Amino acid sequence: MIASRGRISPAATALLLLGALYCLFPVAWVLIASTKSAEELFATFTLAPSTHLLDNIVTLSEYRGGLYWRWMANTALYAGVGGAASTLVSAMAGFALAKYAFPGKSLVFNIILAGVLVPGVILAIPQYLLLAKVGLTNTYWSVLLPSIISPYGIYLCRIFAAAAVPTDVIEAARIDGASDWGAFGRVALPMMRAGLVTVFLFQFVAIWNNFMLPFIMLGDDRLYPVTVGLNGLLNQGASQPAMYTSVVTGALLSIVPLVALFLALQRYWRVDLGAGAVKE
Amino acid sequence: MTAFPTTTRTPRTATRRSAGVPYSFLAPALLLFAAFLAAPIAYTTYLSLRRTQVTGLGLGAGSRTEVWAGLENYTRSLTDPDFLPSVYRVGAYGLIVVPTMLGLALLMALLLDAGRTRVGTFARTAIFLPYAVPAVVASLLWGFLYLPRVSPFADLLHALGITPPDVLAGSGVLWAVANIAIWGGTGFNMIVLYTALRAVPRDLYEAARLDGASDVQIAWRIKIPIVTPALIMTSVFSIIATVQVFAEPMTLRPLSNTISTTWTPLMKVYRDAFTRNDVYSAAATSVVIALATFLVSFGLLKLVGSRAFHQEDRT
Repeated sequence: MIASRGRISPAATALLLLGALYCLFPVAWVLIASTKSAEELFATFTLAPSTHLLDNIVTLSEYRGGLYWRWMANTALYAGVGGAASTLVSAMAGFALAKYAFPGKSLVFNIILAGVLVPGVILAIPQYLLLAKVGLTNTYWSVLLPSIISPYGIYLCRIFAAAAVPTDVIEAARIDGASDWGAFGRVALPMMRAGLVTVFLFQFVAIWNNFMLPFIMLGDDRLYPVTVGLNGLLNQGASQPAMYTSVVTGALLSIVPLVALFLALQRYWRVDLGAGAVKE
Repeated sequence: MTAFPTTTRTPRTATRRSAGVPYSFLAPALLLFAAFLAAPIAYTTYLSLRRTQVTGLGLGAGSRTEVWAGLENYTRSLTDPDFLPSVYRVGAYGLIVVPTMLGLALLMALLLDAGRTRVGTFARTAIFLPYAVPAVVASLLWGFLYLPRVSPFADLLHALGITPPDVLAGSGVLWAVANIAIWGGTGFNMIVLYTALRAVPRDLYEAARLDGASDVQIAWRIKIPIVTPALIMTSVFSIIATVQVFAEPMTLRPLSNTISTTWTPLMKVYRDAFTRNDVYSAAATSVVIALATFLVSFGLLKLVGSRAFHQEDRT
């Protein structure tokens, strides 16, 4: 943080801390609530912690033979594999758009830009209808495949490739006998690494956050990501309030890995949306 | 734009490299784009113009056939008594969420950028953190915090002798859902705006300060105009997200009696398609929502020129 010239402003500090409090409060609540037993959840003072965290984790883990952990593994698969595949596909497309001149280039780019503005969730139902026709609904593929295409990822990759990969370097690699794919894989990809981490994080969060797609596509709850699973648990809680403890504990456990990932990779969040994204 | 100087390359290299190379790089993206964006859009549009015709008693194979319906689904969808209220609701929701979220994001970004505090890194991380929490989980957390039996706010109000309002009932729900979106989105937008602010050369402010400008004047006259393109982009993305609101109200439904199955347009699409099995009407509503979103975002971008996109082409 650059503490530029000038005094520390108590007003600025107070406002920022207020914002931080607002954002941390529900996280602090879930941390405390998941230490409470089912009876305590509604009976004791909200912010008073208890000692049942481990019991709650055990109860949640035993729920239908560890279904919750299967949801977590599914989430890792959807967001992790989907995000990685999406990043690679975007990187290839972005590289082609940034570093080659070819007929139809501006048409392709404009179509992709228009795709950025298409509300993705709107597509979930038509995607369901199409995948139902080919018998792919209620499979891992039905959630993975639609998640791989990301117009915004391609747009970002084009910017990253244009900024981070000098054309001379690609030419030099080619003169040394590298093929186009070799130049991409061995020269361009490593140069775009920081940008690709950003694209991956974007996609990871977008897939992790896309509730409607798996909610519609999947009927078998063993294929659910954790969000759809928790939503189902909460619905059960309406009739069996004891479920609420598992819902709360599940919510806490589900955000732990992502929060950890966030804190670890914070410096990769270069979200300069409109402009060049990476300074040359 | 930097592209290979294809026209000036020597004949030897030109023959070695096939013209198909850029297309092979683009192939997976274009294939997936066609399969999961273009085809669904085309298919929805097609479905929105069709309907089933039942012949006889509607039993047996061939008794239900799909026929051309013209704009019938659109009329039905737009005149559905549940449709306009859901549009108004999401409109009101957007009017609360977009300005509040972006206003807070801008304020926090400006406070961070002014650097007159020691809590900058902590505050930035804390405010960004909710972005890591998926909407379903965020709705779950806030949903419990809204429940009068759990809410610490209710306890606090009780202690002060005030009867706490039930935010999950009546018109409070709109604010309850809006708060979840604001909580989840402020940090991300703050980071976008903060990144834009950091890109500005510091000596620009130095000069203004020498002229006697205050922090507030610098923010108002220099910083905000500089981040306007980023603000427009964040607005467009926020509007797109607003139109798609689905996960939050769906998650809150078990906790609130006020949220109907057609609370937002997308929830109505979901109900029509899966509860009522009327994919045609659902398709028509989808097309209307997608067109409206597209027009609003595109209009907003046009209004400000193409300043936001195509930035790298300026060099």
